[in-house]
Amino acid sequence: MKTAVLATAAMAALAGFAAPVVAQDTKTVAITYIVEHPALDAVREGIVESLAEKGYTEGENLKVVARSAQGNMTTQTQIADEFAGIKPDVSVGISTPSAQALKNAMGDAPVVFAAVTDPVAAGLIESPEAPEANITGTSDKQPPKPALELIQKLVPDVKTIGVIYNPGEANSVVQVDEIKAGAEELGLTVVESPAAQSTMVPDAARNLVGKADAILLPTDNSVISVLEAIVTVGERAKLPVFTTDTDSVERGAVAALGFNYAEMGKVTGDMVAQILDGTAIADIPVVVPGNQDLFLNMKAAEAMGVEVPADVKDSAKKVIE
Amino acid sequence: MTLFALAGAFETGLLFALVALSIFMSFRVLDFPDLTVDGSFPLGAAVSAAAIVHGIDPFIATVFGMLAGAIAGFVTGLLNVRFGIMNLLAGILSMVALFSINLRIMGRPNLPVYGHDTVFSRFESLVGAGLWSNTILLLIIAIGAKLIIDWFLKTELGLGLRASGENPAMAEAQGIRNGAMTLLGMAIANALCALAGSLFAQMQGVADVTMGVGTIVTGLAALIIGEAILGRRTVFLATLGCVIGAVVYRLFIAFALSAGFIGIKPQDLNLITAIVVAVAVVLSQSRGKKGRKSLFNFKLVRGAQQADEEQS
Repeated sequence: MKTAVLATAAMAALAGFAAPVVAQDTKTVAITYIVEHPALDAVREGIVESLAEKGYTEGENLKVVARSAQGNMTTQTQIADEFAGIKPDVSVGISTPSAQALKNAMGDAPVVFAAVTDPVAAGLIESPEAPEANITGTSDKQPPKPALELIQKLVPDVKTIGVIYNPGEANSVVQVDEIKAGAEELGLTVVESPAAQSTMVPDAARNLVGKADAILLPTDNSVISVLEAIVTVGERAKLPVFTTDTDSVERGAVAALGFNYAEMGKVTGDMVAQILDGTAIADIPVVVPGNQDLFLNMKAAEAMGVEVPADVKDSAKKVIE
Repeated sequence: MTLFALAGAFETGLLFALVALSIFMSFRVLDFPDLTVDGSFPLGAAVSAAAIVHGIDPFIATVFGMLAGAIAGFVTGLLNVRFGIMNLLAGILSMVALFSINLRIMGRPNLPVYGHDTVFSRFESLVGAGLWSNTILLLIIAIGAKLIIDWFLKTELGLGLRASGENPAMAEAQGIRNGAMTLLGMAIANALCALAGSLFAQMQGVADVTMGVGTIVTGLAALIIGEAILGRRTVFLATLGCVIGAVVYRLFIAFALSAGFIGIKPQDLNLITAIVVAVAVVLSQSRGKKGRKSLFNFKLVRGAQQADEEQS
């Protein structure tokens, strides 16, 4: 008994002398994403990085809770319920299903989404310019026309564009529709080669040999995860492979006109910081990071028989020799 | 664990009780290891979401979802009974086919039903909004489904179904048509699973084609945990076990998710599930059950004959 009292007294004394590490006002940001995936992870890291720049440092005045649903919708639901219980200052859903689960669970608490291609079609918001409820975020919708124009420059006699995508991924279906619309304007035709899972992607790529003059890949999780298989087909058949996410260029795509997901994470993190600072969500419009950077891979271009004009090479943000 | 997480675990658990009951019907009663459920769960979601978006009353939309599930189960049964395809493979074929069918039904991979009336919003306006309103409705539905199955398995038709799963040769000799019983049982099992999918989409406000991933594992885990807790001496206990097992499993997950619990991270969930199922199987074995066979060859302990005697 006596020792207990002594111990308590000692603890109290220690606590008194210890530097006040715990900030008087610690904010909590809860982040969830449907699956571990390089692009989604880059978004998450970007968010935390940008929050630190804005003065919310993890471990000092910020607590970050991160949860992956491991590709399982039901787990995603339970994660959203967990977030509803811990009442974070802002919760973030990276990917369409994660954002939808949060919308459903969080009530009026602020929700920020990221990497959602079409937030309106996903039922998250109605007016991207002035969000009407408690939800805003970043969309990875990209106008496909610049990418198509790039292909026309690099593959001068291109007539048919081959597209590989998973018809089960909401984001990809939106992108493929956009690519089709953009191609029509430029007088190109699109050949679709669907692959319902990663294992079907190599065959889907081989299907395009002889049918397409170039391949353009949307940012499809199932497809991008096995990009190397498509690159192999492209090199053998001299069928150049283009993407819309810049990370793929290092992995063997000829070129990509797109933004990288770490950037998107930073933009998302800025939004989260604004909300923590007290800005109303209605004043934070949905952002589509439109800065499309050109990444080029000269080795891949040579392997797939692409001549890169000097002016294109000069305009590239990054050239991999 | 917060109150929200607890309520969420009860909600999801009671919803998955329907999946566990579906797996009880196929795996246990019919002795048919049915993998159609990974497709019929999102099928129920797709059909009812599409119907709701087209302005159909949510209750009718839910019934549509159930009917679609019944058809899916019937087709799996047909592949097996009529065309002699092995039962596991028949289920896998249906599951794969349903992926495309679900995409067709919704016209896209992800169909939100936010802002539309659902059975949950209707019920809420009836009893008043609250943290537990979904849970109450799902409790009524899960217990209702359990009691209906209990009753059905005691009718002459239900006893025939059990006999056919228990001992096909004996059933045939008694004049029971095994093929017809398989078709009926599979239709019932997948209607239950589609009902769960339909309710899940309405609760979540969205239907997605990838929703069915892991349905079979979750359902089995719930079934086996339930059996470990209550045993399977009678149908009444076995179906009650499905409901309780599903809720317990979801509480486990919520527990594992709540931060900082002995270093468990969400990415360990699959491992935890496997361990929980394995431990539950071991526990139920140590209760001195005899005649355990492999998982795919479980039968109800009491033969249909005994139940028959009870009836007379």
